[in-house]
Amino acid sequence: MKSRFSWFNVTAIVFGFAFLYIPILILVIYSFNESKLVTVWGGFSTKWYAGLLQNEQLMDAAWTTLRVAFISASMATVLGTMAALVLVRMGRFRGRTLFSGMIFAPLVMPEVITGLSLLLLFVAINFDRGFWTIVLAHATFTMCFAAVVVQARLTDFDQSVEEAAMDLGASPVATFFQVTLPIIAPSVVSAWLLAFTLSLDDLVIASFTTGPSATTLPMKIYSQVRLGVTPEINAISTIMIAFVTVGVLIASYMTRMQSTRAEKERRAVDAGAK
Amino acid sequence: MRKWMVIAVPYVWMLLFFLIPFLIVFKISLSESEISIPPYTPVFDLTAGWETIKTQLGQLDFEKYHFIFSDELYTAAYWSSIKIAAVSTFITLLIAYPLAYGMARAPKEWQPTLMMFVILPFWTSFLIRVYAWIGILKNEGLLNALLLNLGVISEPLTIMNTTTAVYIGIVYSYLPFMVLPLYASLEKIDGRLLEAAEDLGSPPWKTFWQVTFPLSIPGIVAGCFLVFIPAVGEFVIPDILGGSETLMIGKTLWSEFFNNRDWPVASAVAVLLLLILIVPIVAFQWAQQRSREAGR
Repeated sequence: MKSRFSWFNVTAIVFGFAFLYIPILILVIYSFNESKLVTVWGGFSTKWYAGLLQNEQLMDAAWTTLRVAFISASMATVLGTMAALVLVRMGRFRGRTLFSGMIFAPLVMPEVITGLSLLLLFVAINFDRGFWTIVLAHATFTMCFAAVVVQARLTDFDQSVEEAAMDLGASPVATFFQVTLPIIAPSVVSAWLLAFTLSLDDLVIASFTTGPSATTLPMKIYSQVRLGVTPEINAISTIMIAFVTVGVLIASYMTRMQSTRAEKERRAVDAGAK
Repeated sequence: MRKWMVIAVPYVWMLLFFLIPFLIVFKISLSESEISIPPYTPVFDLTAGWETIKTQLGQLDFEKYHFIFSDELYTAAYWSSIKIAAVSTFITLLIAYPLAYGMARAPKEWQPTLMMFVILPFWTSFLIRVYAWIGILKNEGLLNALLLNLGVISEPLTIMNTTTAVYIGIVYSYLPFMVLPLYASLEKIDGRLLEAAEDLGSPPWKTFWQVTFPLSIPGIVAGCFLVFIPAVGEFVIPDILGGSETLMIGKTLWSEFFNNRDWPVASAVAVLLLLILIVPIVAFQWAQQRSREAGR
């Protein structure tokens, strides 16, 4: 198949990406606007960024958000990896359908339902709402995304290496940690990153499950957005976008490095076989 | 033995934090609203013994549900959520298809980069991406400024706080969810099939409709589910871009809960929303399972 850029394909790609990126670009550009008005360009300025650092409430919220995301993503990665193992490796067992349903439903479940139901659970068991309830809620919904990411890797995985390890006398646990985990490690890392960003981003579930003691950054941004557009929100948004963009770029660079290395190894093996 | 532990940990976790909470939502939806903390009277107390529970179960009424069905506001919100989600899913498909098609036909070495640029917005905050549209769409916003300067319009368009803004918001936010499965299915198509069609004298548009399009249907189905289901219950987009004009059920649930503090009604709204979504969710899972098995 000839693959080249035809005019139609190029136009489609250019328009698609323009639609995806122009709003974000505008947001970033206007975070450097001297003027407080969105449509008037008053010259270049970084004063809104300086203002952010002095906004203690905002900094507090950012710190809370990062801690919630870090803890919940770590929990979600462990749970999600286990869930993926159950789905791919454990074969049939009683209640498997229910389990896979419970893993896939949260992926599309409207956040208002997940948020409300978790809140009512915490109220029913009299759990003090605040930092830890957000962590538990986030771990629960992000573990499903983590499970899907790891599951994809486990599915196209050559099981014979695991079998070889077991035949050579390795226990299932040793096999997992010494053979399986190193091979699926990139997907476990991307599962963690995905869980982390989903948690950073979440407004709805955090709003339902939090108490008076914990406010996250999206909740803070949301309460300001309702009052209108300000360059300050643009500035904090730009920081978050930059943060995520750098993370994604590094992650994709790493996976590409890894796949070229795997490719080289495969070629070396092929060359050796000849 | 260990095998059961690996199964038990995530299983119990999901039962405790996913399934049981739904049962609690259902239970609360049957209780009375009250001004207290928490703002409802429990319908039945599990510690009270079976006999008491039985009599209490006999007295259950679905009062909140009657209330929701009798109040036009709620039924209108359900209908308009489904309509808005369906229309925006269709528009998303129309925009995503050419993009995914172009990506699948791009030179192989470009494809990972293009993929990354589709995924990147998905990783950046949803809230921020929705917020970015306010500055563009509002009356004194950038779109109106541009169109006025170009002389296309003589008066600013009112887009902000209308359903149109909600459509734009949903299409924009969910576009990557549509592009990714479409790209996956288009990219898998064997190029030789297209060449065969061409060699046999089929014009390009006919090859598209008779070969490419049918083979991309699994991607279309997956993409539509991935956009439609969460869009029905969407809260952030109608709240920020739709203003008071747009009725959507996610917003209704939110305001019942946070503004009216009526937990039983909010729960009943959630149960009904879930009942509406259960059909597409199960259908989606079934379709996914089938395509996974076909892929093996």
